Amino acid sequence: MEFLSDIASLINSTLRISTPLVFAAMAGIFAERSGVIDFSLEGKMLMAAFVAAVGSYYLGNPWLGLLLAIIVCVCLSMLHGFASVTHKGDQVVSCVAINILIIGLTTALAAAWFGQAGLTPTLNEEQRFLEIHLPFADSVRDIPIIGTLYSDILSGHYVFVYLAYLSVPIVFWIVFKTSFGLRLRAVGENPSAVDTAGINVFAMRYKALAVNGVLIAFAGAHLSTAVNANFFREMSAGRGYLALAAMIFGKWHPKTALIACLLFGFTDALQIRLQGVELPAIGEIPVQLIQALPYILTVVLLAGFVGKAIAPNAIGQPYIKER
Amino acid sequence: MSNIVVDKSKVPWWVSNVIVPLVNLTLALLVSGLFIFIAGENPIEAVKLIIYGSFGYIQGFAYTLYYTTNFIFTGLAFAVAFHCRLFNIGGEGQAYIGGLGVFLVAINLSFLPIPIVWLLSICGAFLFGAAWAYIPAYLQSKRGSHVVITTIMFNFIASSLMIFLLVDVIRDTNQMAPHTVKLPEAIWLPSFEAFSGILGIKIRYSPLNLTFLLAIASLFFVWFLVWKTKWGYEMRAVGHNTQAAIYAGISPHKNIIIAMCISGGLAGLLGVNEILGVSHKIQAGFPAGYGFTGIAVALMGRNHPIGILPAAFLFGILYQGGSEVTFEMPNITRYMFVAVQGLIILFSGALENLFRPQIESFFVRRLNKEVNA
Repeated sequence: MEFLSDIASLINSTLRISTPLVFAAMAGIFAERSGVIDFSLEGKMLMAAFVAAVGSYYLGNPWLGLLLAIIVCVCLSMLHGFASVTHKGDQVVSCVAINILIIGLTTALAAAWFGQAGLTPTLNEEQRFLEIHLPFADSVRDIPIIGTLYSDILSGHYVFVYLAYLSVPIVFWIVFKTSFGLRLRAVGENPSAVDTAGINVFAMRYKALAVNGVLIAFAGAHLSTAVNANFFREMSAGRGYLALAAMIFGKWHPKTALIACLLFGFTDALQIRLQGVELPAIGEIPVQLIQALPYILTVVLLAGFVGKAIAPNAIGQPYIKER
Repeated sequence: MSNIVVDKSKVPWWVSNVIVPLVNLTLALLVSGLFIFIAGENPIEAVKLIIYGSFGYIQGFAYTLYYTTNFIFTGLAFAVAFHCRLFNIGGEGQAYIGGLGVFLVAINLSFLPIPIVWLLSICGAFLFGAAWAYIPAYLQSKRGSHVVITTIMFNFIASSLMIFLLVDVIRDTNQMAPHTVKLPEAIWLPSFEAFSGILGIKIRYSPLNLTFLLAIASLFFVWFLVWKTKWGYEMRAVGHNTQAAIYAGISPHKNIIIAMCISGGLAGLLGVNEILGVSHKIQAGFPAGYGFTGIAVALMGRNHPIGILPAAFLFGILYQGGSEVTFEMPNITRYMFVAVQGLIILFSGALENLFRPQIESFFVRRLNKEVNA
């Protein structure tokens, strides 16, 4: 019985830990399918975490904090678009600039406004998101299997967890079943053909980046106003890059990207459980090695199992309209 | 009357290589001033403090040059890879591992005569840094794993690895803090105080040391390598147009590996400055963001040694002057200067074409007027 509840709690934390990765991977799909590289997921997630935490601290409502985070992240996406779509600057450089800018700015402003080393004040219960307990979660807990599944795995998550997994079929539907999605993919594969068909390539890329900004804001808000009750320095801890790796591993496809995100989440959940545990035959694994597991997994996944990842054809190239 | 039309190619070289970067830098600094204002301090006072802190007294100036040393290494590291169109943002991790290299060589060979142990330690730093860059390079070239993601991951992995080594393997067991023992004093690189004593200037302490000359030599080394050798030509060909390079019989794989290894090696040399020159031991987290700053330095210096030297110096001023600011202004932390770096990368890298057309056409119009007058 204890084994079963261990598994249940491992799955539960996998779902929770994967949440920001799922949002970020979906955000990445929009940007990259339109032909714009987005390494700045990391920075945007961090900014969203900061803005959401500060916003709900001052406004007293986490939803307003989330709204502010969405606005700021869309602005950052527009900045990325302004540099790399309008001014045809290097997309990777633009992303690196945004990431470094945000690491500095969030910590510096947190220190300037709240006087603590890169921390924002702790949010009280009204200022943050709370776990949602699904109806009847307590009464069905004792039913074997179904009870565990419902009460211990599905129930008791933050609203973002449900939204994240809900976003996957929606993103799939938008990208593969709507005319917007068709245009989005076409802009990333062959922008000049799309241009010939009378569709504005620049406008499409800006729209994709706007959706990207909205989605990534959820990832940040999840970190600072749900699982944690404040923002702290560099709290995104490489998740933006992990999500991007998951997206590439998932071949720019929502469903496979989701699986990769869950794999990362599971590794992370596992590493937390493995810390300080004596394993048979191996003994205790050094905690630093365990903590590095998600990063090592990222490298291995990118290198080993993907084969050569086939990116959207026009990715990374600014579109130059011929005169 | 027929107008003679002057086209863009007649715009003098200094317009795109001096004027445009300066305009971009000015924009970045103006926005930085805005941030300092938002943080509740006076930007003009901050500029005064930066200038005083970095030039106002000899010790401050020595610190400025010490930071410049680090930024030359990491700036060159980014630039070399960039000429092959590789974004090596793993300078941080490569410098960390380079530090391990210099320490291991120096402590195990400290019985050797002085210049030899220095030379071997420098090689150790270079090789360790290069080795740490080799894996991402190989994966990029053979497996198509994007080098930005792998080098970032290797930064995290290097950090974990070094903490593990510092806590469990090479820690100075007499200390609680995770750092190694000090290297024997006999093999420390001579510091600026030693020289200034000869010149009759008395200063208390400065981290500036002989590594500064190694950094200057590296500038020449990179210039020669990239622009004056066959390999440099091949590497730039791969970066510029991989298909054409393959057609010309140049191997992209070989050049990607070499470019990344030299890049990582240069980043590793930061370890020479920090460990053989300044702290004489490995401390947790000693690369302290210098690797990332190298990106800004290289982009501002347009990836050329002649540009990287002043760019590294500018960042030296920002770092040293910045520490003066954080000392005097309670609302400003050193992270404000990380944000400034981000702005400089944004304006002189990604948005470098923001005003270029306007500036160039201004000169074209002026030349037209002169020609037709």
